[in-house]
Amino acid sequence: MRLTQAWIIASKELSIFRRKKGIFISVIIFPLFVSVGLPYLIHVILVRSMPVTPDTLAGLLTVINAFAFFFIIGSASLPTAIASYSIVGEKQEQSLEPLLATPTTDGEILLGKSIGALLPPLVAIWVGAVIFMGMIDYYLLGELGYLYYPNAVIAIIMLLLVPLSAITAVEVSIIISARANDVRTAQQLGSLIVIPFALIYVLGEINAIPLNVPYLLILSGIILLVDIVLFYLSKATFQRDEILTKWR
Amino acid sequence: MIDADNLSRKFGDVTAVENLTFHIGEGEVFGLLGPNGAGKTTAVRMLCCLIAKTGGEGRVAGYEIGNEADSLKIRQIIGLIPENVGLYNELGTYRNLDFYARLYGRSEQQRKESIGRLLKLLGLWERRDKPVGTFSKGMKQKVAIARALVHDPEILFLDEPTANLDPEAAKTVRDFILHLKEEEKTIFINTHNLDEAQKLCDRIGILKTHLLRTGTAGELKESLWGNKTVIQLEKIDDSVITAVKNHTPRSVVIEDHRLVIDVADAQRENPGLVEAIVAAGGQIQFVQELNPTLEDVYLKVVRETA
Repeated sequence: MRLTQAWIIASKELSIFRRKKGIFISVIIFPLFVSVGLPYLIHVILVRSMPVTPDTLAGLLTVINAFAFFFIIGSASLPTAIASYSIVGEKQEQSLEPLLATPTTDGEILLGKSIGALLPPLVAIWVGAVIFMGMIDYYLLGELGYLYYPNAVIAIIMLLLVPLSAITAVEVSIIISARANDVRTAQQLGSLIVIPFALIYVLGEINAIPLNVPYLLILSGIILLVDIVLFYLSKATFQRDEILTKWR
Repeated sequence: MIDADNLSRKFGDVTAVENLTFHIGEGEVFGLLGPNGAGKTTAVRMLCCLIAKTGGEGRVAGYEIGNEADSLKIRQIIGLIPENVGLYNELGTYRNLDFYARLYGRSEQQRKESIGRLLKLLGLWERRDKPVGTFSKGMKQKVAIARALVHDPEILFLDEPTANLDPEAAKTVRDFILHLKEEEKTIFINTHNLDEAQKLCDRIGILKTHLLRTGTAGELKESLWGNKTVIQLEKIDDSVITAVKNHTPRSVVIEDHRLVIDVADAQRENPGLVEAIVAAGGQIQFVQELNPTLEDVYLKVVRETA
């Protein structure tokens, strides 16, 4: 596996991504809403709750932790837009054959495409997270007397759960792309990957499961295992013989 | 340079290519003719290590197809123009070519030189930054040709290079292939354009799952049809027929007032035939050389196997 080959493919994917305004905007909007909209909502609640009681503050912190989970949902949904286009779009434009005729391995192409699909949403989410943390700290510093962010929960979310769930989304998109004939179908099917993450969020909200550090670490381990299984499935799907003879 | 020995590919129960055997020498232009579904694209894909073979052996520049390590080496030294150009429509011409040149491990300087040279040669330099999605089919085909040559490959595989092009664009592409032939590139062309095959190829193979015939255009015509001379007379009597049969041991067919005579070399044999007929009292109205076209040969071979 030569990383240089994978990076050449990834940089081409990123060049195309920059020119696809629809996909570009869809990747930006969600993190922007979570990073600016939700802290502003906290600000509105704070202003209306003046003077803020300890109970209100504790409740707000629970809500803020839950809001941070939105970044995981975003990371599970946003890569599907790019990954679906990257593979089904290339299948539609019939540009896979010349690419497969170059001295690159299937694994290098797969890795390049995965990096190309992962990087923009991850950058958008990480930049969004910095804005989110900054705004929350700005609004809450006066009430708490200390900076709430960064903390262990957001660190696990950003450094483990967000990349792992983004990888899940890309791998699922690759498997779906083998069967889907158009980008929209692939994107719609791929977006279903959000459902288990949304379910975890809802269970957290109703206190059925806690969204604390040990639990988030366990969740990261489970997603890592899922990713390993999906990696082998997607690798088995992305074989040049299969692509040229069986993909429709 | 390219060898196939009983190369075969099956898709489930369907045999796409069976027992394909040929040798293509360095600098040779070989054309594979065949109807749709004959297995031409499958043959090219096997030789380019894009799909696996299910039987037989194949070697490209000494590297074995089907061997994983050799597959990368084969793909490094070949250029492929697939049936569908498959360009990145959002990217400019230069960026499309640069992407491929980088995959072939070309240095920045090499990329600049080869892309610049090819784009100028194909008349696309002024449009190097325009997205290829805005190009006509002919222009896209030129970009696909440049893409296949960007790493200066030893061997070129062209799958229907002029299909779906207007006559002018097709001529441009054919002229460029002739230019490559002058550069002594080894070229493998899939086509069902017989005129194109005759103009471009040193040797031609006719494929319909099996390789039915191979040879130069002349050899194929000769082996399947032969050269014929048609001599029209005012009338044909026994003395003329006897004179012709005494002159040539080959087949003579009488059709109304015409004699259709098999000849090996019309220019050498026709004067003697004419003299014999005239000496026998025959009054010749005209003499015509009857040459089969490659189309005649192709249709005959393909129909024989139908």
